[in-house]
Amino acid sequence: MADFKEAPAGASMTTQATVWLENRFPTAFSEYKKHMSEYYAPKNFNVWYFFGSLAMLVLVIQIVTGIFLTMHYKPDAAKAFESVEYIMRDVPWGWLIRYMHSTGASAFFIVVYLHMWRGLIYGSYQKPRELVWIFGVAIFLCLMAEAFMGYLLPWGQMSFWGAQVIINLFAAIPFIGPDLALLIRGDYVVGDATLNRFFAFHVIAVPLVLLGLVVAHLLTLHDVGSNNPDGVDIKKLKDPTTGIPLDGIAFHPYYTVHDLIGVGVFLMIFSAIVFFAPEMGGYFLEYNNFIPADALKTPAHIAPVWYFTPYYSMLRAVTDQFVNVFVGIVAIAAVLTVLRAGLSGVWKLVVLVGALVVIALLKAFDAKFWGVVVMGVAVMVLFPLPWLDRSPVRSIRYRPGWNKWLYAIFIVNFLVLGYLGIKPPSEIGTLVSQIGTLFYFGFFLLMPWWSRIGTFKPVPERVNFHAH
Amino acid sequence: MTKRFLLGLCLALGLLAGAHAAGGGAALDKFPAERVTNLPALQNGARLFVNYCLNCHSANYMRYNRMRDIGLTDEQIKNNLMFAGNKVGDTMHVTLDPAQAKDFFGAAPPDLTVAARSRAGNGGSGADYLYTYMRTFYRDDSTVTGWNNLVFPSVAMPHVLWELQGQQRAVFETEKDPHDPAKTHAVFKSFEPLSAGTLNATEYNEAVADLVAFMQWMAEPHQGQRVRLGVFVLLFLAVFTVIAWRLNAAFWKDIK
Repeated sequence: MADFKEAPAGASMTTQATVWLENRFPTAFSEYKKHMSEYYAPKNFNVWYFFGSLAMLVLVIQIVTGIFLTMHYKPDAAKAFESVEYIMRDVPWGWLIRYMHSTGASAFFIVVYLHMWRGLIYGSYQKPRELVWIFGVAIFLCLMAEAFMGYLLPWGQMSFWGAQVIINLFAAIPFIGPDLALLIRGDYVVGDATLNRFFAFHVIAVPLVLLGLVVAHLLTLHDVGSNNPDGVDIKKLKDPTTGIPLDGIAFHPYYTVHDLIGVGVFLMIFSAIVFFAPEMGGYFLEYNNFIPADALKTPAHIAPVWYFTPYYSMLRAVTDQFVNVFVGIVAIAAVLTVLRAGLSGVWKLVVLVGALVVIALLKAFDAKFWGVVVMGVAVMVLFPLPWLDRSPVRSIRYRPGWNKWLYAIFIVNFLVLGYLGIKPPSEIGTLVSQIGTLFYFGFFLLMPWWSRIGTFKPVPERVNFHAH
Repeated sequence: MTKRFLLGLCLALGLLAGAHAAGGGAALDKFPAERVTNLPALQNGARLFVNYCLNCHSANYMRYNRMRDIGLTDEQIKNNLMFAGNKVGDTMHVTLDPAQAKDFFGAAPPDLTVAARSRAGNGGSGADYLYTYMRTFYRDDSTVTGWNNLVFPSVAMPHVLWELQGQQRAVFETEKDPHDPAKTHAVFKSFEPLSAGTLNATEYNEAVADLVAFMQWMAEPHQGQRVRLGVFVLLFLAVFTVIAWRLNAAFWKDIK
């Protein structure tokens, strides 16, 4: 324990109070320094770096509005829809709280997708930030669970049928599927039991995990330090007297005041939606969800909310014929490995047998199951990204020029997949989403090869920064 | 790169919104949206709703005294818009048993509180849908009720406002499918009046517009307050952002 300090005689009340607190709670002071006033972040952050703090802001909005919604919401299949309308009409300012929460859900995904994209283009996941990235992907997974379960709570038609469709996906898993789906639903159909357990997960279980992961995400980030648009390691060049990185500036006040601008602009867009277009054309609040859940009336077209649709597209892309494409890819990959990788005889046999087993499994199980696998792997493939990328530089700025096109195609492809996931299935749509799915997986799984090719530009010693 | 990406994103989102709006069936007539802020129209709409709709359809999430927000007093609501035995703080429920209703009509009449919201997305707003729906009933001997509807074919509900509108029949023409000459469709051409109602065509359109305005308002009674408040919130945030921007500049001037 640090030595007990004494306030100088005749010190002001503030100084006395500070000293009193410092003697009893020194951690508050040291942690404040570590994470705020003496956390040195690169000075060349650009607009992409707003989305981390904005994600925290949206998290706070969701938690606070969520608490107030819980005070009036009734997790009961007979009362849930009614209680949401009660909040919208009879609870003072209930409509505002509810619209903030429903808009916040979509805003969360927008902000988080942009935050992930930032990490992708500036190589923020590379050594030594692998754990920062992994915790981040885990947060993304939690967020998907949180959003999915929260969407059931208003108990409208889309809540009900969306949950029905997604839970039935689990039933496609061989052997354990039907029992697993039963375990999730707690009943043979989506019903009161499902609503109650989803409520429990949505308001307590998942948020607890989410908060823990956010803390881990920030602690690991502050241990290794932030990346920047140049991908320059600012800790290499430090001021010899102070030991502060030459290109680093204190997070507080420089980035707190900087992030306030981001907060202002974000809240303007957020408020414009909350106050002028809370349904956002049926994307944030689906029209069908204003009809109470009815187990006897299946809506003509069940679409998940927009933030799940890229993955939903990949799920729908997996048809029987498309499984044959996987079979072909596995066969080619196995043959190439045997011919090119210089393995010994035993290992060649292992690869070939392994490939045959995979092909047998691909043909043995239903395409629907492989669709579920593709959807799951599409998210899981983000976890090993730090090891898939073999590029000698971090930032896209110093990667070969054609990489920019590749990343541009990746993002357009993701948006197209998202668009197709909203639409009812069509022949051309399925074909496009199949190509899109192959591109999405090719981008990640072939990264160990393509990320090494081309001429890299030299990374500067210091970051690029123009004073404001 | 960033600019190009953002531009692409905007274009993609625009495309998305456009494609979404293009979906849907028959073309809907445009509901005169400014009517939702017109208090006399809303009051007339409330009168029509209570007299014609609120016998079979409920509005279970809507309280009678919420109508104070459209300029009525509790006394006026009690004396003109309520049945005996209800309290002014009650919700607009009906005594019709849903199971019996299903027997009578073939389908239980849905609750109408948020109908104007749930009907959106069929090629127009929910109000456009209701406005078109209530004006396109026509006589059809092939249905159980003798009535049919253009935007909701084979609807279970007969034309409740027929005494106001009168009766009309629809003229269809068979046209060949442009994509498949073997197929034909019946394409709606026009309505022909069969008998006059108590209102002429203009008056009837006005009455339906009032009714739909009320339903649109009832679906979200706070919508006016929401928009008015939004303007002030945005003004505040604009000032906040300018201050944050200048504050940031003041701090960052030492960063070289």
